[in-house]
Amino acid sequence: MITFKNVSKSYGRQVVLDDLSFEIKQGQFVVLIGPSGCGKTTTLKMINRLIEPNSGEIYINGVNIMRQNPVELRRSIGYVIQQIGLFPNMTVEQNIAVVPKLLKYPKERWKPIVRELLELVNMPYEENAHKYPSELSGGQQQRIGVLRALAASPPIVLMDEPFGALDPITRDCLQEEVKKIQKKLKKTIVFVTHDMEEALKLADTIVFMNEGKIVQMASPEEMLRNPADNIVREFMGRHMQGGESPDLYVEDVMRTRILKVPKTLRTLECIDRMDRWEVNSVIVINDDETYAGTVSLEDIHKQGKPGREIGELITEETPTVSRFYKAQEVFDQLLTSPCKYLVVLNDDRTVAGLVTRTSMTKAVGKALWGAEIS
Amino acid sequence: MIDLIPFILEHLVIVLVATGISVVIGIVLGIVAYWLRFTAQPILWFSEAVQTIPALALLAILMILFGLGNTTIIAGLTLYALLPIVRNTHTGLISVPAAIKDAARGMGMSKLQRLFRVELPLAFPLVFSGIKISVVNSLSIAVMGVLIGAGGLGYPIYRGIQTQNLRQIMSGAIPVMIMAILFDFLMSAIERRLTKHAK
Repeated sequence: MITFKNVSKSYGRQVVLDDLSFEIKQGQFVVLIGPSGCGKTTTLKMINRLIEPNSGEIYINGVNIMRQNPVELRRSIGYVIQQIGLFPNMTVEQNIAVVPKLLKYPKERWKPIVRELLELVNMPYEENAHKYPSELSGGQQQRIGVLRALAASPPIVLMDEPFGALDPITRDCLQEEVKKIQKKLKKTIVFVTHDMEEALKLADTIVFMNEGKIVQMASPEEMLRNPADNIVREFMGRHMQGGESPDLYVEDVMRTRILKVPKTLRTLECIDRMDRWEVNSVIVINDDETYAGTVSLEDIHKQGKPGREIGELITEETPTVSRFYKAQEVFDQLLTSPCKYLVVLNDDRTVAGLVTRTSMTKAVGKALWGAEIS
Repeated sequence: MIDLIPFILEHLVIVLVATGISVVIGIVLGIVAYWLRFTAQPILWFSEAVQTIPALALLAILMILFGLGNTTIIAGLTLYALLPIVRNTHTGLISVPAAIKDAARGMGMSKLQRLFRVELPLAFPLVFSGIKISVVNSLSIAVMGVLIGAGGLGYPIYRGIQTQNLRQIMSGAIPVMIMAILFDFLMSAIERRLTKHAK
């Protein structure tokens, strides 16, 4: 959708962009990131021709933008900036309607758009449309900034550190709203930030730039796993934990609150307990508390007869692992195994817990981002 | 005792016509200075230079061009009123925050649309305060018109000086002062309303 071909830009002797080539696909959330002066904002501003390259070409849907009228081009691309830049002499409604009015939409067409967009961010029309920007909080102002960019339904929206000046809580909210809007309206978003956390949270693709060049262009996961060089690694900072996978063991990623039943339990009673625990399968243990096997609800329904002991139904298909294995080794097993969980055993073969996909994700998330994910 | 009303009205007309012309020329010059940066210095320098010419000398020079009468005093006042308007227009346009200009450009406004929809409205409070200064200044300078055969409140004052009649002098001077205070008060009130949302 957006293609850069050998784009270079320099001011005097200072090279800002050095032979840049890359492609952004339709509907993607692309985040440009890198140390200051790396050329990320310049790259962004080239897409709507606020800055023009010295050489090279930029195509949008196959059309060379240098052959387009810059004013018309900009009306077809949304633009959000860090300083918000709402027009203080216009009301919220007038601000949102700027581009539709430039495009000569009649009033009957742009009015409903304003109303709809305000609803999208839970700012009721009646309450907010006739306020001036100075009467809004910073977070509300930037919401309007985003809506203004969306008003004429441009397929592409450019965002230049839009949340950089907001407090962390507001920033979080807006990030989520923007991500939601992007998915819902299927926009292609090009987003500049210097905040890796923001990039990891929002991006489908991260473009890491340094000294006017692309160092790495990859998905957040890929970038976390294989940072291209030390600068990227440094930027990942605490998300990376020194570039090596953190030393997680199975016991760090398992859940310990599990339903264990003795072999001799009757099937009906067992179903009852599973109901109460809201689980689909149960771990069966021998009299000496060692692991015997698992039984799923399905097994009981298929083969169980009332009054029979649960021990007759156990299968030993569920893989077992030691709690002292490395979590990484178990990770692949969990993803490829047909079972949705692994049973974790202590050295004496008693049951320590379960590793489920949820417990694994939570633990990995916690290790990466440091916070408990709810 | 002469009937003052016709003098007051003529005085007002002279001042307002001169200010009107000055506003048009001044704003245009301010915009030119803003758009073509290399012209800013010469334009500001010219408007400042005009103000340094003593009123009497300026009127004498203009008299050669326009002859005796109201045209000359209007031309003189127009030139005097230029500086505050040009300077404030230019300053006002320059000081619109860069982020707002960037946003306006990025939204796809043409140069003229940016000027009329964003930059001039935001600069207007400052432009208006320039106009206020011009009007108040012109009210008192217009008195000089009597020396080049123009009308207005200069006439009763001049008569008073010639006849050494203080009451006569004051009957011309006091309306000038009252008008100046009135305009200043009214226009300041408007100015405050204009700056309410510009933040």
